[in-house]
Amino acid sequence: MEKNKKAERILVCCGTGCVSAGADKILEAFRKNISKTGAEIKSTGCHGFCQQGPLVIMEPEGVLYARVEEGDVPQIVTSHLENGKKVDRLLYTDPVTKKSIPNYCDIPFYKKQNRIILRNCGHIDPENIVEYEEAGGYRAIRKVLKEMEPGDVIDNIKKSSLRGLGGGGFPAGLKWEFCYEAEGDEKYIICNGDEGDPGSFQDRSVLEGDPHSLLEGMMIAGTSVGALKGYIYVRAEYPLAVKRLNIAVSQARKKGYLGRNIFDSRRDFDIEIFLGAGAFVCGEETALIRSIEGQRGTPRHRPPFPAKSGLWGKPTLINNVKTYASVPNIINNGVEWFRSMGTENSKGTAIFSLTGEVANCGLIEVPMGITLREIIFGIGGGTTGDSSFKAAQIGGPSGGCLPEDMLDMPIDFDSLKEAGAMMGSGGLVVMNENTCMVDIARYFIDFTQKESCGDCNPCRLGTRQMLDILNDIVEGRAKPEDIDLLAALAEGIKSASLCGLGQTAPNPVLTTLRYFRHEYEEHINEKLCRAKKCKALITYRIAMEKCTGCRLCFKNCPENAIEGEVKQPHVINQSICTRCGICIEKCPPKFDAIETYAGVDGGEIIA
Amino acid sequence: MEKDLGKIFSSFRGVRGELIPVLQRIQEKVGYLPEDAMLQVADFLNVPESTVFGVASFYAQFRFTPTGRNRISVCEGTACHVKGATDIIKEISRVKGVEAGETSDCMEYTLEGVACIGCCALAPCITVNDEVYGRLDKKSVHNVLKKI
Ligand SMILES: Cc1cc2nc3c(=O)[nH]c(=O)nc-3n(C[C@H](O)[C@H](O)[C@H](O)COP(=O)(O)O)c2cc1C
Ligand code: FES
Repeated sequence: MEKNKKAERILVCCGTGCVSAGADKILEAFRKNISKTGAEIKSTGCHGFCQQGPLVIMEPEGVLYARVEEGDVPQIVTSHLENGKKVDRLLYTDPVTKKSIPNYCDIPFYKKQNRIILRNCGHIDPENIVEYEEAGGYRAIRKVLKEMEPGDVIDNIKKSSLRGLGGGGFPAGLKWEFCYEAEGDEKYIICNGDEGDPGSFQDRSVLEGDPHSLLEGMMIAGTSVGALKGYIYVRAEYPLAVKRLNIAVSQARKKGYLGRNIFDSRRDFDIEIFLGAGAFVCGEETALIRSIEGQRGTPRHRPPFPAKSGLWGKPTLINNVKTYASVPNIINNGVEWFRSMGTENSKGTAIFSLTGEVANCGLIEVPMGITLREIIFGIGGGTTGDSSFKAAQIGGPSGGCLPEDMLDMPIDFDSLKEAGAMMGSGGLVVMNENTCMVDIARYFIDFTQKESCGDCNPCRLGTRQMLDILNDIVEGRAKPEDIDLLAALAEGIKSASLCGLGQTAPNPVLTTLRYFRHEYEEHINEKLCRAKKCKALITYRIAMEKCTGCRLCFKNCPENAIEGEVKQPHVINQSICTRCGICIEKCPPKFDAIETYAGVDGGEIIA
Repeated sequence: MEKDLGKIFSSFRGVRGELIPVLQRIQEKVGYLPEDAMLQVADFLNVPESTVFGVASFYAQFRFTPTGRNRISVCEGTACHVKGATDIIKEISRVKGVEAGETSDCMEYTLEGVACIGCCALAPCITVNDEVYGRLDKKSVHNVLKKI
């Protein structure tokens, strides 16, 4: 056994994922156990590899312990800290080679990433401003205030080609310039941390893991465009992010980094935190602004754009969390450094939350232009279970589902748009053969239909119509001509809606129609759901040779749809069965006698 | 409640832009927005009552009825949906005898579907009184329910 140097620091990931898996208990256990080892213990924000959480990292070597439990802590302390022996059973094991990989940098999940915005996440204590500064924080703002004119800063951001990471990809520098040039003595900046896309958590992880990088980015933006006040609009559903932001803001104020005369520059800038109240549409910038003003969050026509007339009618710069958090890096490392990453028209990195049916779920940061294959199979370790890849959903309710033959397309803002999807917020949900594409389309339309603010008819009524048709399809009532009607509605809503919500809401339907039309046709023409998801289009059948007549299904069926004598094979009466699935659950695993068939005529109907 | 409201109001200036934060604080304290409280908010901020109700009813966060002692929220975000959230919510509904979006008659449980809670890597997940439970299936959700 090799001898390690003494680990000086123990990093316990306290991102939301790891905490819900018990990280706080682990932290507590370390605090109790390490007193005599002299090691320092730190709680950090999300380290990214949520799938393997709770994570513990031993620095300086960078040894990663995965799926740690409270009871493992004493062993880590005695073995790793006191005797210099790694705890082998807690190391990450590569699912392919079956070898354990001690150092996190060598794990494929991390190796293929380019963590720039996330550089501090999982490495510093987000509740301690000193750690951010020790990691190079608040250098960029000092440089900006001392050595640069606002025009230079904006010029730099423009030259870097940084594009808004909130989804639209609008050139950030240009937006800053519009706001800088807009007339008015009172200006505001806003950070959009609404992150309403159901299935993504990257903004949350930045807010929880490195809140000061956002504050620094906002200070640079605010002082450059001439705003005295910034708002961070963050979802109330993210209590930990809210707490850490509050801590960060008050620490920065105490140090004189926020408030009056920041960094002794004779400039004023302060930040206020505003809690969103749970409306997806408030991610749209004009709706968000109305929400801060205390109104219903309904979007309005643009122009005028917020850069000209935003909060309280004043020029307002609004950017996403990741856009601001990218700024200090660009100032510190230079425009050329930033431009060296990415594709022709999309520079820098993108953050995705990689979830769904993929082996390694988590938060990843990759250069623009990486392929989906590299993300899903390289970093993500492929799909889960024995079911193969079917689609990747990118960009949430405004995005789309991309099929297998697009896996090798380099992804950036423009290529995704061309494919009918969208970078959106960066949610990336992997789907396998068990996912029904019609059901997914229905899921998203159901979401947008509920979240439509109701101000414009195409969106309010159109999405409702689409949902009705999709419900007909998954419930087996649709007619062949419904597909064309659905497509026509989708195009109409796209072109006629007032805001981005309606304009992009049909994307999940349009992409699934484009790439998975056969599934729609099967649902309608053959009454068959190949993924066996749509209850109306599947059949349960009891396998005669496996059924022992134990009667568990018979007793538990709420519809009394199961017939048969004790110790004799049972049969399901298909005309009564509602496919609730209780029988499948009740059938003892050793018999496993109830089988699911795709299609409505997969079972025998008893007269 | 009078005392609570007075205390809450005293930390605000009484301007229109504070409407949402005021409502949030009341809900935090009381658990929901009683009609009477909303009327007083209208008074305090000097806006029509219809505005207060219009804003409150727009946002999903605000509730107008009290919740049960235990709040079970099932994530219906995309990652959780793909991993079977629909089955989870049906199962909880069956076991606890309360429909999604409703509170049980005994005021013991409120069951609701919510959008992504940001733990997608642990999908499917639920929160019980704000504590997150992840990687659930129709069977393991019973262990969580047993605890409450
Ligand atoms: C329905 C809808 C939801 C949106 N949600 C978000 C969001 O959650 N976060 C975000 O940053 N931008 C969101 N946007 C985009 C914003 O309107 C805006 O473009 C963005 O905040 C600008 O920041 P950026 O240029 O840094 O990307 C949304 C847009 C629409 C139409
Ligand atoms: S989708 Fe359920 S936590 Fe994100």
